[in-house]
Amino acid sequence: MAEAHPHIRHIPDRLQSRSSRLLKSWESLLVVVALLIFVANSLASPYFLDPWNLSDATFNFTEKAMIAFAMALVVISGEIDLSVASIVALTSTAMGYAATQGFETPALVAVGLAVGLGCGAINGLLVTRLGLPSIVVTIGTMSLFRGIAFIILGDQAFTDYPASFSWFGQGYVWWVFSFEFCLFLGFALVYAVILHMTNFGRAVYAIGNNQTAALFSGVRVGRVKFTLFLLTGLMSAIASICLTSRLGSTRPSIALGWELEVVTMVVLGGVSILGGSGTIGGVVLAAFIMGMVTFGFGLLNVPGIVMSIFIGLLLISVIALPILYARLKRRVAH
Amino acid sequence: MNLLLKNREALLVVAILSLVALITLRFPGFVAPANLGRVYNDTSILIILALGQMAVILTRCIDLSMAANLALCGMVAGLINVAFPGVPIPLVVLAVVALGAALGSINGLLVWKLNIPPIVVTLGTLTIFRGSIFLLTGGQWINAHQMSEAFKGLPRADLLGIPALSWFSVLIIAVMFVVMTRTPTGRAFFAVGGNPHAAVYTGIDVGRTRFLAYCLSGALAGFAGYLWVSRYAVAYVDIALGFELDIIAACVIGGISIAGGIGSVPGAVLGALFLGIIKNALPVINTSPFAQMAISGMVIIIAVAVNARAERRKGRVILKKAEAH
Repeated sequence: MAEAHPHIRHIPDRLQSRSSRLLKSWESLLVVVALLIFVANSLASPYFLDPWNLSDATFNFTEKAMIAFAMALVVISGEIDLSVASIVALTSTAMGYAATQGFETPALVAVGLAVGLGCGAINGLLVTRLGLPSIVVTIGTMSLFRGIAFIILGDQAFTDYPASFSWFGQGYVWWVFSFEFCLFLGFALVYAVILHMTNFGRAVYAIGNNQTAALFSGVRVGRVKFTLFLLTGLMSAIASICLTSRLGSTRPSIALGWELEVVTMVVLGGVSILGGSGTIGGVVLAAFIMGMVTFGFGLLNVPGIVMSIFIGLLLISVIALPILYARLKRRVAH
Repeated sequence: MNLLLKNREALLVVAILSLVALITLRFPGFVAPANLGRVYNDTSILIILALGQMAVILTRCIDLSMAANLALCGMVAGLINVAFPGVPIPLVVLAVVALGAALGSINGLLVWKLNIPPIVVTLGTLTIFRGSIFLLTGGQWINAHQMSEAFKGLPRADLLGIPALSWFSVLIIAVMFVVMTRTPTGRAFFAVGGNPHAAVYTGIDVGRTRFLAYCLSGALAGFAGYLWVSRYAVAYVDIALGFELDIIAACVIGGISIAGGIGSVPGAVLGALFLGIIKNALPVINTSPFAQMAISGMVIIIAVAVNARAERRKGRVILKKAEAH
C-alpha cells in the first residue's frame, strides 16, 4: 500500500493553469471519446445522421441518465443505491394497479412519485438511522421492492393505462425533441446547479471526502444522506413514469439490470466510486456515449449482449488507461 | 441469552431451526431426513460459491462477476464435452477450474496492479464474461441429449446414499475451513480486511492477498459452473443470471461483514443454507414462488441490521480503550 503512492508528498510550486487543467480533465477525455464514437457511427451506417434516428437514439439513455444524476450525488457522498431498478419496477406496478382501479393520469403520476419517495425513504432510514452499509441495504431492498412487484403481478401484466398517460414517454415538445429528452436536459441543469452551486452540493462533496470532518464542520450528514436517497427514489419514479408510458405496459421484470447500467454510467462519467469527486457534466457525456454506442451497434445489427461487452470494456479501460499512461510517463521521466 | 446474541453462528443456527420448525408446522414432511438431504443437495452450489465470495469480501473487496464466471465456465465445460465426448470428466473439471481461476485472476490483477475499485472491476468483467458466452456460442443452447452420460452423471453419483454433489460441497467446506483457520494465506485474508495498513507492517502484501482471494473465488465459480451445467443438464447464455446477489446475500446473512475482516466458514455455510431452506420451503407450504424474492430481501435487511449491532458494540469498546490511554 505504501508503495502505491510514492509521489504523494510531491507538492508543485504553482497550480497548473486553468486551460491546461481543463485539457487534462476527465470530461475532455469523454468529449474526445464521444466525438470518436459519433464519427465512427456516422461512417459505419448511413442512417445514423438522420435527425429522427438520432432523436430515437436518445430514448436509449434518457431514463437511465435521469436516475444517474441522483445516483452521481449518492456515489459522490460515498454511498451507493443498487435498488433503483427495483424502485422503477415497484413504482410501475403501483401505477399499473392504480390504473386498473380507474385513476386518471394526474393521480397515476402522484401515485408513482409517492411510491418512489417512499422507497427512497426506506433506504435512507436504514442507512442513516441504523447506520447500515448502503451497498448491503440496497441489495436487500433491491430484492424486496422487485419482490413485492412480483407478488402483486406474478406472471401477469398491467396494460390498461389511460391514453393521456402515453404522452410522457411518446410525446414531442418541438420537432424532434421528445418530452423525455427535454426532461433529461432540464434535470441535467437542475442537478448541475444543486451539485456545483449550492451549499447542499458542497456538503455532498465534503461528506464523500471525509464524513467525520464534515460532521465536525457542522454538516448534517444524516440529513443530507437521507435527502440523497429520497432523490434517487424520486428520480427512479420519474424514470419509471417515462418508461411505463413509453412501453404502455408493466411487467415485474421491467428495467431488470438497470442498476448496473446506471452505476456504469456514473463511473464512466468520472465520478469516483470511493466518493468525493465527480461532475454532472461528466455523467451527461457518459450518458451520450453509452446511448450512442448502443444505438450505433443497433443500426449495425449487433446483438445487445455484444454491446454490453463493449460497455464493460469501456468501463474498465477508461479507468485503467489513464493510470497506465501516468505510470508510463513516470517511467519515462525517471 | 447474551452469549447467544454475541455468537453469530449460534444465532443463525437458532434462526434456521425455528424456520424449519415453522415450516414443519405447515408441512410435517419437510423434516424427513431424505427431504433435508435434498434441500442440502440443492443448496450445495450456493454454499461453494458463498465460500469463494467470503474470501473476497474478507479482504474488503467484492466479486460481482461470480455468476457470470460460473456461466462461462459451465458453457465451456459443456462445449468440451460436446466436441470431445471421450475426454475424461475429471480432466474437464480441472480445465474449467483452471479457466475459472484465470478469469478470477483478471479481476485480481486489475484490483492489485491498477488499484481500480473492486466493484467497478467486477461490474465490468460481469458483462464481459456473460457476453463472451454469446460470442462463443452465438446464443446456442447445449441440451441434455448432447451431453455424455458420464458428464451428467457425476453430480448424481451415489456414495453412501448421498449424491456426489453434496459430497463435493462438504469437501470444499472442510478444505476452506482448514485454509481459513490453519494457513498463513487464510489468516492474511482476515488481516488485510481487518486493517490493510497494519497488514502491510506485518509483512503481508495486501494486493497479492486480494489477487489470491479473486483466484480462489474464480476457481470455485469455475467448479460450480461444471456442477450447475451437469446437474441441470442444460447450458445457455443466461444460466445463473443475477445469482451473484444470492451469493452476496448468503454471505451477509452468514455474518460476513461487507467492510471486511469479519466472517467465518460456518457462517457462510449457514447463511447459504438459510436461503436454500426458504427457497425449498415456499412451494411446499403453498406460498407463491413469486414471494421468494421479497422474503430474501427482508432477510438480508434483518441480517445486516443484526450484524451491524454486533459490530458496533465492538467498535465502542475499542474507542473507550483509546480514550483511556
